This record gives sequence, structure tokens and C-alpha cells, in this order.
Amino acid sequence: MSWPILFFILVGALSIATAVGVVSSRQPIHSALFLLVNFITLAIMYVSLEAQFLAAVQVIIYAGGIVILILFVIMLMGSEDVPVDRIDSSWASIAALGLGMLMAATLLYSFMADFLFQAEPNTLAGGAPYAIGMTLFTRYILAIEMVAILLLVALIGALLLARGPRTGPKTGAELHAEEEEADAAGTTIPYVDDETTVMAAAE
Amino acid sequence: METTLDLSTLNLAVVLPELTLIVFAILVMAADVFATPKNPAPRQWTPWIALAGVVAAAIVNLSVSGREVTLFQGAAILDKFAVGLNYIILLATGLGILLSVKYIPRINKQVGEYYALTLLTATGMMMMGAALDLITLFLALEIFSLALYILSGLNRTSPRSTEAAIKYFLLGAFSSAFFAYGGALIYAGTGTTQYYGIAQVTAAGLANTPLLYAGIALLVAGFGFKVSLVPFHSWTPDVYQGAPTPVTAFMSVGTKAAAFAAFFRVMLVALPFSYGAWSMPLALLAVITMAVGNFAALQQRSLKRMLAYSSIAHAGYILTALAGGAAEGADAALFYLFTYAFMNIGAFAVVMALEEMGAEDAMQDRAKGLGKTHPIMAFLMAIFMFGLSGMPPLAGFYGKVLLFEAAVAGGMIWLAIAAVAFTAVGAVYYLRVIANMYFADPVDESADEVNRSLPLDVGLAIAVAGTILVGVFPGFWMNAFQQSMALFGG
Repeated sequence: MSWPILFFILVGALSIATAVGVVSSRQPIHSALFLLVNFITLAIMYVSLEAQFLAAVQVIIYAGGIVILILFVIMLMGSEDVPVDRIDSSWASIAALGLGMLMAATLLYSFMADFLFQAEPNTLAGGAPYAIGMTLFTRYILAIEMVAILLLVALIGALLLARGPRTGPKTGAELHAEEEEADAAGTTIPYVDDETTVMAAAE
Repeated sequence: METTLDLSTLNLAVVLPELTLIVFAILVMAADVFATPKNPAPRQWTPWIALAGVVAAAIVNLSVSGREVTLFQGAAILDKFAVGLNYIILLATGLGILLSVKYIPRINKQVGEYYALTLLTATGMMMMGAALDLITLFLALEIFSLALYILSGLNRTSPRSTEAAIKYFLLGAFSSAFFAYGGALIYAGTGTTQYYGIAQVTAAGLANTPLLYAGIALLVAGFGFKVSLVPFHSWTPDVYQGAPTPVTAFMSVGTKAAAFAAFFRVMLVALPFSYGAWSMPLALLAVITMAVGNFAALQQRSLKRMLAYSSIAHAGYILTALAGGAAEGADAALFYLFTYAFMNIGAFAVVMALEEMGAEDAMQDRAKGLGKTHPIMAFLMAIFMFGLSGMPPLAGFYGKVLLFEAAVAGGMIWLAIAAVAFTAVGAVYYLRVIANMYFADPVDESADEVNRSLPLDVGLAIAVAGTILVGVFPGFWMNAFQQSMALFGG
């Protein structure tokens, strides 16, 4: 067994252990921190495959961005213990366990078979920025554009759900309409930081 | 790996119908910006802009039909199958918009976003049929799923709608994980995500079989959730009942059509050489789905839940054609989904008219005596119910014949027989609605108002015309869906 494989097994074991930690922690904050470690182990694997750019992206976006967002959510929602209902051992959970074991065995078998035949892991020749950029914007150009639409959907959806029924801040158009109404009625809406009032005060 | 940009493959014609919808979705949002409390007119135009978008996309779709091009370096394809699916999705979207015009403003004031999201949902659904790469497929799936999670929670004041959205979102995210993992394992097993590439590798016997099979199993689970096969169906009744009825109507047809189209394409184009591995599991899933769907529908008091379970049963019928594995199965499924769009949206439209103000559901009792109080509504509902039960000469009959023929063509005669038997079980609950309407007395005299509006009437008229015309002249419509899929090596 060569060093890269030993290294991979060590990092992989850590990765799996932290992944188990994410789903089994009772405190959301612990889950989030396990997730952070999990993301970092993944970044280490990218480095070992000579995909340094991907590793950097992994750390910056996932470890740096996503986990921080999750922590913010936990901060806002409070981080009490999540009451974990013990799932009773019905046939469903037994079946799920069986299928999961079967799945794990299948994967383990086929990956082990690969390892026996292949001494050195392939390096990701595509892990550098140039290669990633070329691939993304040629072969996967349609996927990139579809991601844009997906993000648009998420954005509209967040607006639709977060503003709620008739609450939330007024839109610019509504404010404008109020101003016009006030003008028509001969009253004025007091401005705070308006340019003209600032200038008038200066004079 | 190909890393040069071949400009000739960037021909946008492949996704032109989708692009049209996106442009109109942006127009809808732009119009919404100009609406003020004093001048709400632009907001009231949004449904009509959206409808214009659907019509424009249908025209574009007509103009690109008859071609067969694979573009974006094999990420998407435009063939008769994709064009056919586009028609079904656009039909469902158009009918959904007509049902929404009066209904949505009652439950949520932000109608602009609603119509924009509806169009973007349709875009994602259409991409499902065009996808020729697991990555494209996954993104298309996410686009329309995400939009539907939001749309089903549109009624913020209703706990049931919120519950539907949360339930749909959590289970949907879970199934997306299954789907993504399945795709990843297929990639691990074959070294490619492109359908034709997967077919080539498996045909040459170069695939890592355990990984490939594990991937197929997870992919089937992901699809099973989207088309609501048993045992992945538990979300369906709750979401169908809780979501605003126009959304349910649109979703019930659109999701099913898009997910089944992609399901057929993945199975028949990418994985035909693994047919031996997936045909029997799918056949068993079809039987369980038809059994649970039909027997559960028998017991429902709510009309929307009954239609939800009936839609589960219909997913089982369509799956029989896929389990057969014959290429005609894809044509049969498209044709069936086309007829299903008319019948099912029509049925939901009637349910919507029967709902009392503020309630998002109508009970079976509500249909009692409808034949006396509202003869036209009762007649329309009767046509939709007959159609869904597969009664000749209505649309549903010929569609079912084609589906079961495809199962037989694939050598699954026992499956076709089971499907026919379950169709007979299904007829019971459809006919019970009709019996209630014509042979029972109205339960509650005070609640005999029906909420009709001009757009709803137009939608109902289209739905009933489709149900009858497609049933009477099936050959004319069938042409649009024949030999539709560009198969591997074909």
C-alpha cells in the first residue's frame, strides 16, 4: 500500500466520521462544526489530487460561506437541543437499515476492487482554474446558464415567502405613490437625508 | 475531455421554447414593478403576459418541431419527444394560469412573482425532456422542484398550505439527494454523465456493474418521488390537498409529465443495456403503485385527496409502459400525459369551483346533488371522471390502450392484465363522484354557490374539448407523439 492511499484512507475515515457527527449530533451547532471539518477534509482530498483551486473554492465557499450562513441561522433560531424522537423499530426502519447496509457493501466492494487494480490515484488534471474555466464554459455552458435560472427561482421564491402576506417593508413604488398622494393633499413627507435639506441647512 | 468551444454547438434553437418562457417570466416581473397601490393595472396584466408567453412558446415550439439536433456538446437534444413534452407542459401551464387568474389574488397579493415562478417552473419541466446529460437533468429537476416548493406554500395564512410546502420541500430535498447520488454513482460506474456515453460504455461491457446498478436504484428512487410511485408517494396527498388548487392542478400534470419524460429517456436511451436489471423492479413498483393508489383513493372524503391518490394510480399505469421497455412506451406515455393534462386539470378546475371561499379543499359531500343545482358543472365533472376512469370514447381510454399495449410489446402481459384490473377498481371511485352528483340529494343547501369566473370557464372549456376531441380523433393527435424519441444508435 502506497503513501497516497494510506493518506486517503486516513482523511477519508475522518471525513466519514465527521459526516456521521453531522447527522447524529443533538446540538445544531455541533452539527454545523462537524460539517465544517467535513468540508475541510474534502478540501484536503482535493489538494492530494492536485486540484488546489478546487480546494481553495471548497474552503472559501463551503467552509467559509455556507457554514457561516448555517451558524447565522442557528444564532437567529436559537440552538436548543433538538428533541430526537427515537424511531421505533418498525419494519420501515429495519428495511431502511437493510437497504443502507446493502448499499454500503456494494460501494465498498466496487471501490475496493478498484483499489486493488489501481495503485496510484489519478490526479485531477482539471483541478486548475484554467481547466475548470474551459470545461465550465464550453462543455457545461448549458448547465451554467441553467444554474443562473435556478438562482433566479430561489431569489424570487425567497422574496415571495419572506415578505409574507401584506407585511414587510414597502416597495419603492409604494413609497413613491405615498409621496404623490401627499403632494396632491398639499402636505409633505418629512425628508431626513434629502440632498436639498442638507444643502439648505449648510446655507 | 473536450475543452474547446465549438461555436456551432451553441445553437440556441434547442432551447428556444424555454428561452421564450424565460423572457416572458422576466417581462412579468418587470410589469409587476410598475404596479402601485394607485395604479394596480400592470399587476393585473401579469397573468395575461404569462399566458402570452405560453402561447409564444407554443408557437416557437411549433417552429422548431420536425428537427432533431443534439447541441451544447451533448447536454441537450431537440427531438420529437422533447417537442411533444413541451406541448404538454405548455398546455398544463396555460390551463394553470387560467385557473389562477381569480384564485391567486385571494390568497396572495404578490401575483407577479407567482406568474414569473410558474413560467420558470415550466422552463425547468421542459428542460427535463430535452436533457441528454445527467447534469442538465439534475439542474432541470431542481429548477422546477424549487419553484413548486415555493408555489405550494403560496397561501401564507393557511397552515395547511405551509405544511404542504415544508413537507414537499424536506422530502423533495431528500429525494434530490438520492437523485444526485444515483447520478454520481452512474458516473463512477461508467465514467460519463451523457446518456449516449453511458449507453456506449454499458453496451461495450466496460461499466462497473455494482456501481451502475446502485446508481440506477437511487435514480429510480429519485424519479419515483417526483412521479409519486409507491413507496415514495407519502407526500402526494398532503401536498396536493394543501397547495393552492391551481398550483395543484398545474403541478399534478406538469411534474408527472416532466419527470416521466426524463425517466423514459434515461431508461431507454442511457440504460437500455441494463434492461434486465431494471424492468422487473419497475414492474413490481407499478403494481404496488396501482394497488395502493386505487385502493386508497376509494376511501378519501376529500376530492383533492381522492384526485391525489388517483394521480398515484395513474403514475402506476404509465410505469407499466416503461417496465415493458419498448420504444413505443415513450410515445404511449407522452400521448397519455397529453390526455391526462386535459382530464386532470379539468377535474381540479371543477373542484376549485366547488371550494368554499377561503377553504382550499372540497369534500365528496360537496358534489352531492350537483346535477340538480349546477347541471353544467356536474356534466363537466362527469366527463372528466369518465375520462380519468378510461371510459371510451373519451381521451383516457385510448391513452390507456396504448400504455398497456406497450407493456405487452415488452413481453409483460401479466402486468398489462394487472393494470386493466386496477383500472376497473379505479372506475369505482370516479363513478361514485358521478353517482353522488346525479343520484344524491344536496347535503348543504346554503353552500351551493360555485365560484366561477370567465378565465375558469375558458379553462374548463379547453379541458372538456380536449378530453372529448382527443378521445374521438386519437389518430390525429397521436401523430404528434409517434416515434418521438431519438434512441441510442437510432
